[in-house]
Amino acid sequence: MTVRIIDRRLDSRNKSSINRSRFIHRFKGQIRKAVADAIARRGIRDLENGEKIGIPGRDISEPQFRIGQGGVRDIVHPGNDRFHRGDEVERPLGGGAGQGRGAASPDGEGMDDFVFTLTRDEFLDIFFDELALPNLVKRQLARIDDYKRVRAGYTQSGVPTNINLVRTMRGAAGRRIAVGGPHGTRLRHLLAELDAARQETPPDDEEIVRLEREIACLRARMEAIPFIDPFDLRYSNRIRIPQPSTQAVMFCLMDVSGSMDEAKKQMAKRFFMLLYLFLNRNYERIEVVFIRHHTLAEEVDEDTFFHARETGGTVVSTALQLMRDIIRQRYASSAWNIYGAQASDGDNWNDDSPRCRELLADGILPSVQYFAYIEIADSEPQNLWREYEQLLASHPGHFAMQRIAAASDIYPVFRELFRRRMA
Amino acid sequence: MKKKKPRLIAEGSDWTIEAIARYDAEIGRVAKDYGLDTYRHQLEIITAEQMMDAYAAIGMPVYYHHWSFGKHFLETENRYKRGHMGLAYEIVINSDPCIAYLMEENTLTMQALVIAHAAYGHNSFFKGNHLFKQWTSADAIIDYLVFARDYIAECEERHGAEAVEELIDACHALSNVGVDRYKRSPPRSLAREKERQREREAYLQSQINELWRTLPHHDADPAAASEERFPAEPEENLLYFIEKHAPLLEPWQREIIRIVRKIHQYFYPQRQTQVMNEGWATYWHYTLLQTLYDEGKVSDGFMMEFLHSHTNVVYQPPYNSNWYSGINPYALGFAMWTDIRRICEKPTDEDRHWFPEIAGSDWRDTFNFAMHNFKDESFIAQYLSPKLMREFRFFAIRDDDSRQRLSIDAIHDEPGYRELRLKLAEQYNLGSSDPNIQVWNVDRRGDRSLTLRYFNHQRRPLSSSHETVLEHVARLWGFAVRLEQQTPISGEWNVIAERKHERRKAGAYTLAGI
Repeated sequence: MTVRIIDRRLDSRNKSSINRSRFIHRFKGQIRKAVADAIARRGIRDLENGEKIGIPGRDISEPQFRIGQGGVRDIVHPGNDRFHRGDEVERPLGGGAGQGRGAASPDGEGMDDFVFTLTRDEFLDIFFDELALPNLVKRQLARIDDYKRVRAGYTQSGVPTNINLVRTMRGAAGRRIAVGGPHGTRLRHLLAELDAARQETPPDDEEIVRLEREIACLRARMEAIPFIDPFDLRYSNRIRIPQPSTQAVMFCLMDVSGSMDEAKKQMAKRFFMLLYLFLNRNYERIEVVFIRHHTLAEEVDEDTFFHARETGGTVVSTALQLMRDIIRQRYASSAWNIYGAQASDGDNWNDDSPRCRELLADGILPSVQYFAYIEIADSEPQNLWREYEQLLASHPGHFAMQRIAAASDIYPVFRELFRRRMA
Repeated sequence: MKKKKPRLIAEGSDWTIEAIARYDAEIGRVAKDYGLDTYRHQLEIITAEQMMDAYAAIGMPVYYHHWSFGKHFLETENRYKRGHMGLAYEIVINSDPCIAYLMEENTLTMQALVIAHAAYGHNSFFKGNHLFKQWTSADAIIDYLVFARDYIAECEERHGAEAVEELIDACHALSNVGVDRYKRSPPRSLAREKERQREREAYLQSQINELWRTLPHHDADPAAASEERFPAEPEENLLYFIEKHAPLLEPWQREIIRIVRKIHQYFYPQRQTQVMNEGWATYWHYTLLQTLYDEGKVSDGFMMEFLHSHTNVVYQPPYNSNWYSGINPYALGFAMWTDIRRICEKPTDEDRHWFPEIAGSDWRDTFNFAMHNFKDESFIAQYLSPKLMREFRFFAIRDDDSRQRLSIDAIHDEPGYRELRLKLAEQYNLGSSDPNIQVWNVDRRGDRSLTLRYFNHQRRPLSSSHETVLEHVARLWGFAVRLEQQTPISGEWNVIAERKHERRKAGAYTLAGI
């Protein structure tokens, strides 16, 4: 009798995945919160990679009736090295002597955070749950802005630049063979007859003259077959197929004037990160343009953007102007989905604010998918905020603005800004 | 050397199906020589991931779905990935045929160890021990689990996953007070008969309940009500009581409660015999492989690797070690079985004094008797020898919260042996480590409230989780539920927690009105 050995390695993989998804579904609230906490703590790249999530052990405990601490209990331990009967010892700190560390209590008491690893997809699903750019589906999928030309075989008509030489010459050669073939056979016959006739009869014999005439005639007809004929021409064919855009550019505009302190910058940074992360999920390729400004605006790299310190007054319109110019120069084609995110503490030179509104309304909003403005301040809204407020009504769905006060506000703000709107 | 080589069962550390089969045949032969009586078995080769799956589903090959298993899976996976724990080398299922899992990452030596340990050691224990015989039916468990999974999946479709999940949550919360601890089941045909009869009774009772509900509510004389307590005898199996008597449960809900209860009851013997069972399996993997080595069927290298794992498994760190987390059941069990054999074969005067009935007896008979008829608690109380207590250097500490300091009550010396052994045995009494909570009364004529009583032992209180658990009880019962505890001095029973459930207002009265 030999034993039955079954190789189960290939079947029922991920048997637990249904339990896993149920677990995640059940604790979605806590997991979301943990995700939000993670954002508050970490940088963007951690966020993409480190999906380790801790949720409070108490929330997910499975309570049972248990005997708690207290009362009288006798515990037997091994390894006595010093005790005699009747000895008394101090109670060790942290509960009864018998509670080994390994005895994690399953009733949730004294349990640490339950830490587990979300897969990247699970993480992002939770992160972006209910979160979509306004009209995104409509704009990105329904409206076709761009076409891509792809090869689609050959045609017999076209412009000279598209002539495909190989195909044309091959066709011509084929035609010549096809048309000239019967003549060639006939010619060879006639030549053979001529040779035979010449041996038997004098050169001026009628028969020979007839043959020579016929041969000449045949040669003329063969030569009349054109080397190339319009009929042979083949053109490479290209057709246009509709092409949804898969690239986006994201403009980060930030006020770096003296009033923007480090904490506010960090908050702004998270805001940009979230937008980046979101775009990253929706577009194959994303370019990021960092524009910082005080009284002057300049395009900088990421490091300078977040870390270099500047002081001075604030003229917001310079940044908007620069953004508009960059769009015109580099991202004018409809292949680009343009997103703008502006962070500021709300300070602006008074006369400049109406100009900002005009710039946005006329120069920027028509060409961008979405423009979001956050104001990081606890004080009363100032003139920039009020000017922008007018845009809200005139550009619904393209423009959003929000005020945030603390780092913990960012996530809700983000949701508010990009909340899914039913089409 | 030349002669020895061809006799090796297999060489190298990579396993193949054929090598495993050859090992199994050889181990089986030796096991037969030793007279191990086992179920048929089959070996299943699985991946680490599948091993974690099996972990999450308490080792069962099929199981119903529940979020908590997902949680356990994540927990295991996380610890495994961070290297905090190795996976168990084996999982074995108490079924006929007995299924033993072999993990693909194990070396050939480890596979042989697992075969000896699980497919012969545990397997024979499952077949022989009275608790398993009495409570488990190895030939039917897989079918039952398939039925359970399908039934619960069907309920999810029919009644919604959330309703089912809520119900299973509640059942899981009560699973440790949902087993029969002492009750012995009478012969099966009679049991079935009684069951049916009880069901009829329950049905009639429920009809009566319905009738009562439609009658105008009157305040019964409280004294009269308290006289006829229901149930007449306190019931320790809360899930059973709820399944049979909860007034508002639908039949499918009762069935799910029954499923959870049955499955937990199935595993109860494993909890009761951990030291014995693991010790037994460890003893046999050691003995079987050692025998193969003596026969020259396995190489020195094999033995070195095997002994390395074996000694890790049976290591008992002392109380003051960083690695200490209680008594290692493998260590204690293995030591006890080894010791019993020693007492049989080479008894000392001390052994003759302590174990007159087994000293010098045939060790196989003694082994079988002990394996068949005991559980951890009684096994330790019966067979733990003074020699082992000395070797383990056991000592008993009393932790009394009314006193400032801990006291050492007994150590491994002549006056302490018996006390020490009793205390250690008590430590393995599930009856005292699980709280003793019983159904005391149902107010049948009044508000239908359910009263549970917690009988504390040595003033030990319930942990704070009882409030949450009581909510689950209330959800199942459908009416108010209260938990009472006796105050130490006066002996009065006081309510320590009470929960009401709202559902009755929503559903039940309209139902009764029809």
